[in-house]
Amino acid sequence: MSVAGFAFYVFALTVLAGGLFTVVSRNPVHSVLWLITAFIGATGLFVLLGAEFIAMLLMIVYVGAVAVLFLFVVMMLDVDFAELKAGMAQYMPIGLLVGVILLVELGMIFGTWATADGVEMMAAPVLGEVQNTEALGLLIYDDYLLLFQLAGLVLLVAMIGAIVLTMRHRRDIKRQNVVAQMQRDPKASIKMVDVKPGQGL
Amino acid sequence: MYEFFTTTNLGITLLILGQVLLIVVPLLVALAFILWADRKVWAAVQQRKGPNVVGAFGLLQSFADFLKYVVKEIVVPAGADKFVFFLAPMLSLVLAMVAFSVVPFNEGWVLADINVAILFIFAVSSLEVYGVIMGGWASNSKYPFLGSLRSAAQMISYEVSIGLIIIGVILSTGSMNLTDIVNAQKGAGLLSWYWIPHFPMMILFLISAHAETNRPPFDLPEAESELVAGYQVEYSSTPFLLFMIGEYVAITLMTAMITLLFFGGWLSPIPGLPDGIGWMFLKMGFFWFIFMMTKAIVPRYRYDQLMRIGWKVFLPLSLAWVVLVAFFAQYGAFWGTYARWTVGG
Repeated sequence: MSVAGFAFYVFALTVLAGGLFTVVSRNPVHSVLWLITAFIGATGLFVLLGAEFIAMLLMIVYVGAVAVLFLFVVMMLDVDFAELKAGMAQYMPIGLLVGVILLVELGMIFGTWATADGVEMMAAPVLGEVQNTEALGLLIYDDYLLLFQLAGLVLLVAMIGAIVLTMRHRRDIKRQNVVAQMQRDPKASIKMVDVKPGQGL
Repeated sequence: MYEFFTTTNLGITLLILGQVLLIVVPLLVALAFILWADRKVWAAVQQRKGPNVVGAFGLLQSFADFLKYVVKEIVVPAGADKFVFFLAPMLSLVLAMVAFSVVPFNEGWVLADINVAILFIFAVSSLEVYGVIMGGWASNSKYPFLGSLRSAAQMISYEVSIGLIIIGVILSTGSMNLTDIVNAQKGAGLLSWYWIPHFPMMILFLISAHAETNRPPFDLPEAESELVAGYQVEYSSTPFLLFMIGEYVAITLMTAMITLLFFGGWLSPIPGLPDGIGWMFLKMGFFWFIFMMTKAIVPRYRYDQLMRIGWKVFLPLSLAWVVLVAFFAQYGAFWGTYARWTVGG
């Protein structure tokens, strides 16, 4: 087995094990940690495919930001396992149904799986003059500029929606006014008082 | 012999292992003295003597501390998640070390010369937050938990601006390879380094680096006046040592990043003098000194101030700078200072 082949199996097993334990872990924080393991395995697979730019983005965006926020929320949840388990029987049929449908679909796909001649050669990256970061940039900004901008707009709308939904301007709290704080000077805030003995202020 | 190390799998593995040791061992030994220097500088500012008992000038203090940490008892708090509790410090040290695999110390002196080196460093340093979060959560204790929550919010906030700052440099160079970035700064000594065209971003990066590594004045996750020692409260002995070394390795990485991105890496500041690894270490040492002095002389920020700077000042500034640099680079403003694609990339 070549080194790349060995690495592939290591990363693939990481993804599979990570995914499996994400589901079976009893502790939600452990679940998220296993999910992160799966993400890191996927990063490795992308590197093997020669898509190192996407691999790094996956790491930065999913592992570095999304999963951190996920963990952040899950850590603060007070999960009652008894309550979770209670609804198990109720949701079991639906879960099973979805699972069976997916399994049948997968079976149908793999049952008719056929490979064209020479496809195995394409599984490995084609080492050309253009690096994949550059290739991606050319594709996104030259060929599909409109689609890329529209995708950005969709994200912007989602972001504004999230802000509108969650932002409440509270009037009953004291706010910091940074400019006012920085403009303070000793003359305005300190008053010298000449206190006579025995009198007080 | 040469064939064995370049063609056979075993040979390549051994070669890489040797290179890894060549980076890790000097790094850890240097760290012992950096720790000592950190305490000495801090002491000097406060007119104390600092460590001065073990070895000449107390030089061996760190090694004595190391021995002390290692032989102490490891205390695991009741109700702690044992596996995650011990995974956290290891993770924080290993991740800090991993990033050094793509740092070039001299022309060609780099373990893995990959195209997306700078993204790799950015990705790995964004993972470092997990050591802190996991440590704080697994301790099953209130102060560590608060510390880890603070740290998570803080590191994510400053990562955003660090990413945008880096993009400015990438735009100027046209490459994400660190060697290319340094080579793009070749020319008239220190006048052609990126710190002049990217001056505001250099300052922002320096400040963000402090926040990203939980270093004073942004050490809110371990602010002793509020949280005792933050996420490290429940840690003792070797796990604590791992956390501490991890933190210092992360800062060393940040000094290396500043040096490579804005101060020409191994390039010599004066055109006549030869380039070399010495310059790299000298510059990293200089930025370490800045980190030490900041710790000694700048008072700690309040948490809302920290967040305000991150989101309301650094983020808009660095975002605007990216747009500005893109225009400068495209239209060759300032005699092409911002577009060095032909030189480096």
